Amino acid sequence: MLYIDTVESEVLVHKPWFVGIIFALVLALSLMFNLTDTTLGELMRPVIGDPQASGLYGRFATGLVLAVLFCLNIVLIGFAQFKVQVAVVWVELLSLFLAFFNAFDLSLPFIWEKLPILLSQGLFTTIYVAAVSIFFACILAVFGAVAKLSGNGFAFAISSFYTSFFRGLPLLMQLYLIYLGLPQLGIVLDAVPSGVLALSLCYGAYMTEIFRAGIQSIDRGQWEASRSMGFGFGLTMRKIILPQALPVIIPPTGNNFISMLKDSSLVSIVGVWELMFLARSLGQATFKHMEMLIAVAFIYWILSVCMEFVQARIERHYARSKIR
Amino acid sequence: MSGENAIEVKNVSKWFGGFQVLHDVNLTVRKGERIVVCGPSGSGKSTLIRCFNRLEAHQKGDIIINGISLHNRMRDIAEVRRNVGMVFQHFNLFPHITVLMNCMAGPMWIKGVSKEEARERAMHYLEKVRIPEQANKYPAQLSGGQQQRVAIARSLSMQPTVMLFDEPTSALDPEMVAEVLETITTLAHEGMTMVCVTHEMGFARAVADRVIFMDAGRIVEEGRPEDFFSNPRHERTKLFLSQILRH
Repeated sequence: MLYIDTVESEVLVHKPWFVGIIFALVLALSLMFNLTDTTLGELMRPVIGDPQASGLYGRFATGLVLAVLFCLNIVLIGFAQFKVQVAVVWVELLSLFLAFFNAFDLSLPFIWEKLPILLSQGLFTTIYVAAVSIFFACILAVFGAVAKLSGNGFAFAISSFYTSFFRGLPLLMQLYLIYLGLPQLGIVLDAVPSGVLALSLCYGAYMTEIFRAGIQSIDRGQWEASRSMGFGFGLTMRKIILPQALPVIIPPTGNNFISMLKDSSLVSIVGVWELMFLARSLGQATFKHMEMLIAVAFIYWILSVCMEFVQARIERHYARSKIR
Repeated sequence: MSGENAIEVKNVSKWFGGFQVLHDVNLTVRKGERIVVCGPSGSGKSTLIRCFNRLEAHQKGDIIINGISLHNRMRDIAEVRRNVGMVFQHFNLFPHITVLMNCMAGPMWIKGVSKEEARERAMHYLEKVRIPEQANKYPAQLSGGQQQRVAIARSLSMQPTVMLFDEPTSALDPEMVAEVLETITTLAHEGMTMVCVTHEMGFARAVADRVIFMDAGRIVEEGRPEDFFSNPRHERTKLFLSQILRH
């Protein structure tokens, strides 16, 4: 939460000038874009007659109705509790999006028909690739961070070169280099291992910086207390420093994991049968591109939402020792 | 045991970059002896005791703890650290584990003591510092004085032969100073070898066998507390004492 001044302020959406501006804005927009041939215009048939022939009067009438409805909506939401507000606005935005996608005239039966393979083959591969990659990326990150913080010139040089190189190259290019470049050296990797390798190396480089920041955020006194008791470097790292750094490390790592879930779609270009690949190949065969793309988009979204929940739970878990 | 030296410091000098913090320091602490180190801030007293367990490295001279000379050998340093406890100004408890685990960690992870025995030992020392009822709380839930007593219990659970205190009461509210000093006093009466950096002159008078006054990286004066406080020899000591005892 941001810091909130303890002043009772008036609700913005209840101020007449604000509602007035919104009203004018919505009305102007609906005069600009002719809304008479939408569902709303169809509903207004008793008032404006044939929507196609209603002309300027039709435009004005539908715009007026829309503006009134919209203003009424925000004024009413303004009265509600915080949680209710959040829920209502979420539902409204979601239904707007659904209506938007619905306008594409999608073939739902086709989506239902292909959903089982999308979920069994595509979703599984996507999660598998992302989870394995994030695992290796974390391991790379721990070593990278320790190397970067060490006084050893070799370790620092190798680690900083690694992060610089793999953060500096587009992930897609790394994937090509590994999948198409390595075979020229006689190393042939399958599609899935190539994808995992590219994702791990790239995200490992980003997460090296996250882990470094996490380790650095721990007070020097913790090191001193631990070392003064005779704990070695490894023990101090494992038992004292990393567990305390986790609350700092986890939010950006969760962020990266969500990002990786979606970036794993890049491995579709080397022919891994994950969500994106299936969406394109299934869509291409029947020219139902949008159906598949939108279905997969929603699967990615739902996955990300699940990850957000998991992340929130882990963060709560680590907030334990901060209770006073 | 008697007559042996716990700490020997011979001609030790130390620099931070180009700045010399310790000038040719010589000091011998016998087993069972209680030393209080005082002096103005920046005089090198904290740095000196942090050299005793190699949290700081000295560049010249010898520091010998329980017969082990502190040099670059990690194994010797680890051995010394296992036998020398340290209590810090800012407690430095491990905030992510409970008070009990803070005290069990050392014996379990370093000394290979079983979990049950470590728990028993930890509870023994928590009772000694009179806060066994806080064992299952996290450090942040305790007051400053309680945290510092846990820190003492944590050090004791390693069963050290020497205890170092680096301004143990400087970060505490006035009414919490007493409880910590009492704990340290109890420890002193049990014959623990200790070196304590502090500005608590009443404590020094009551507990110390010897008071050491440092200024600008040198030991200016040392003596038994009754001599030290009643007739200090050096002008610098007199000035320091007059300032610190004025209020």
